[in-house]
Amino acid sequence: MEPASHGLRESATFDRATIHAIQRAAETGVYDIRGWGAKRKLPHFDDLLLLGASMSRYPLEGYRERCDTDVVLGTRHARHPLRLATPVTIAGMSFGALSAQAKEALGRGASEVGTSTTTGDGGMTPEERGHSKHLVYQYLPSRYGMNPDDLRKADAIEVVLGQGAKPGGGGMLLGQKITERVAGMRTLPVGIDQRSACRHPDWTGPDDLAIKILELREITDWEKPVYVKVGATRTYYDVKLAVHAGADVVVVDGMQGGTAATQDVFIEHVGIPTLAALPQAVRALQELGVHREVQLIVSGGIRGGADMAKALALGADAVAIGTAALIALGDNHPRYDAEYRRLGSAAGYFDDYQDGRDPAGISTQDAELAARLDPVDAGRRLANFLRVMTMEAQTLARACGKAHLLHLEPEDLVALTIESAAMARVPLAGTNWIPGEGL
Amino acid sequence: MATLIDLATTPVRELNQALHAPEATAWRVLNPRGAHAVACGIREDLAVDIEGHVGYYCAGMNQRATVTVHGNAGTGVAENMMSGTVRVRGNASQSAGATAHGGLLVIDGDASARCGISMKGVDIVVGGNVGHMSAFMGQAGRLVVCGDAGDALGDSLYEARLYVRGTVKSLGADCVEKEMRPEHLAELAELLKAAERDEDPAGFRRYGSARKLYHFKVDNTTAY
Repeated sequence: MEPASHGLRESATFDRATIHAIQRAAETGVYDIRGWGAKRKLPHFDDLLLLGASMSRYPLEGYRERCDTDVVLGTRHARHPLRLATPVTIAGMSFGALSAQAKEALGRGASEVGTSTTTGDGGMTPEERGHSKHLVYQYLPSRYGMNPDDLRKADAIEVVLGQGAKPGGGGMLLGQKITERVAGMRTLPVGIDQRSACRHPDWTGPDDLAIKILELREITDWEKPVYVKVGATRTYYDVKLAVHAGADVVVVDGMQGGTAATQDVFIEHVGIPTLAALPQAVRALQELGVHREVQLIVSGGIRGGADMAKALALGADAVAIGTAALIALGDNHPRYDAEYRRLGSAAGYFDDYQDGRDPAGISTQDAELAARLDPVDAGRRLANFLRVMTMEAQTLARACGKAHLLHLEPEDLVALTIESAAMARVPLAGTNWIPGEGL
Repeated sequence: MATLIDLATTPVRELNQALHAPEATAWRVLNPRGAHAVACGIREDLAVDIEGHVGYYCAGMNQRATVTVHGNAGTGVAENMMSGTVRVRGNASQSAGATAHGGLLVIDGDASARCGISMKGVDIVVGGNVGHMSAFMGQAGRLVVCGDAGDALGDSLYEARLYVRGTVKSLGADCVEKEMRPEHLAELAELLKAAERDEDPAGFRRYGSARKLYHFKVDNTTAY
């Protein structure tokens, strides 16, 4: 029987997922830990539209006129800025959270299209370094696997204050993924449920951060760009403070950003959407007179060329993808549906990255499962996806008459909803009204 | 004869650049005047003597070098050290030896809060007292405190071993006193000798992880 057809009514407040969550908590006595990012509906780039050229502006021919995509990151202080062929990068994801094969595939895919990938909370693996043309080395509160030799091998350093999935929270890696190799890299006992620190151990606040960045520059002889990554919360202030602390690049990760293991309550209830954070970040940079001098990377729910084009139009210099990259590798593929169901999930729903039993061989340290992922094939799929993203963004930019993706601007955008108009600071479609800016 | 660098006239950048491609093995640094990031990122087996007080992150990420501060050190001295020896003749500020993976850090005077925070294999010997939250989340290595320890010693400790001669104001979550067996007395004696100290190992007590927080359990709710 289909309950609704018999007049039964589901509660909007206590929907089935909520009822299940209460029952699960009552049975187990522990909170739900899972992967992925926020699953609730949020104002997002879908709520914006681009204004193609017509009478007042003219478009570029898709096959004849260039629309360049290159971007340089880290021009403010670093002697060797990163020169990327496309403004979409791979966000930080750890070896430990991901299999070595998955990390290698990310490196291969990113390198094939001339962009960067990023380490994570657990150090740099040789597989990752070897297959990544441009590798960003994360400097995290835990400092797992942190060593100066790897710092010097990196192409850029990303000081991580937080991530969109859990601003204010440290990393987690459950015991089933703490294998001998992962434990060795992190100096931890095998099999423990690892909690990473949420604060850096040797600095607190922006004044200290400035000195920390100075130290990192001194150790690497001022060669490498230094990024500062923040989870999106008080973004306007955080970006200003990051700039004052000396960041070359600021990375803002919205609440849709993914995680390998975090409490569900944290993922869904802390932070602000990417769409709300990005304009705040741009305003902060503009007020300091460093927009485009300090580059801005935005992440959190970026799914394709349209999201990328809209983020660039709002003022980002590049976007970063995590969840979308994993999907390109093979995550949540229907071919594993039967196995997902045996784990109590299904293709399209799977978010148990914390569990280590990923049938796709991506979020696991199980040797047999990990061996399912061919890094060459998976890398090629990621490269395909990155190319498609770039071409999609070029298509939209040309339609707006832009000869470079970074020429997209807020004037090319309108909003579909009042909420998105207020957040993105662009007019509601068909009006010249930006909420909060008069009538 | 040590190569002399006077920070009153030479920028720290020039000093560090010289130490990263050294043309001498012995160095003497004058007038540090609280400068930050002095002698950080050294990779070679050098002897560096700093004549005065230093700011944050002196000898940060040190590899192989012996760095001696003839004065006090600011926050994060020898942070993330990999190997070598760093010695502070005076006192050290907070987070001394933070996250360090190896080597020996000796502080002749007192160390402030969070000494040895997140330590990952380093040995730290403090002649005086340490402040609160010392060895917080300590993963590996040994911390020897010849004086007293402040509040919450060894909070959320992993496998680092702690030896304290004086009083411990309080132990942090999951940190307990443990039996001092002969092997511990022996390693403590070695550490004290390496630090050129003459305390009797028998006068110390040992602390370590109860390992009760290694797995998420509902019974531990109050500790999370």
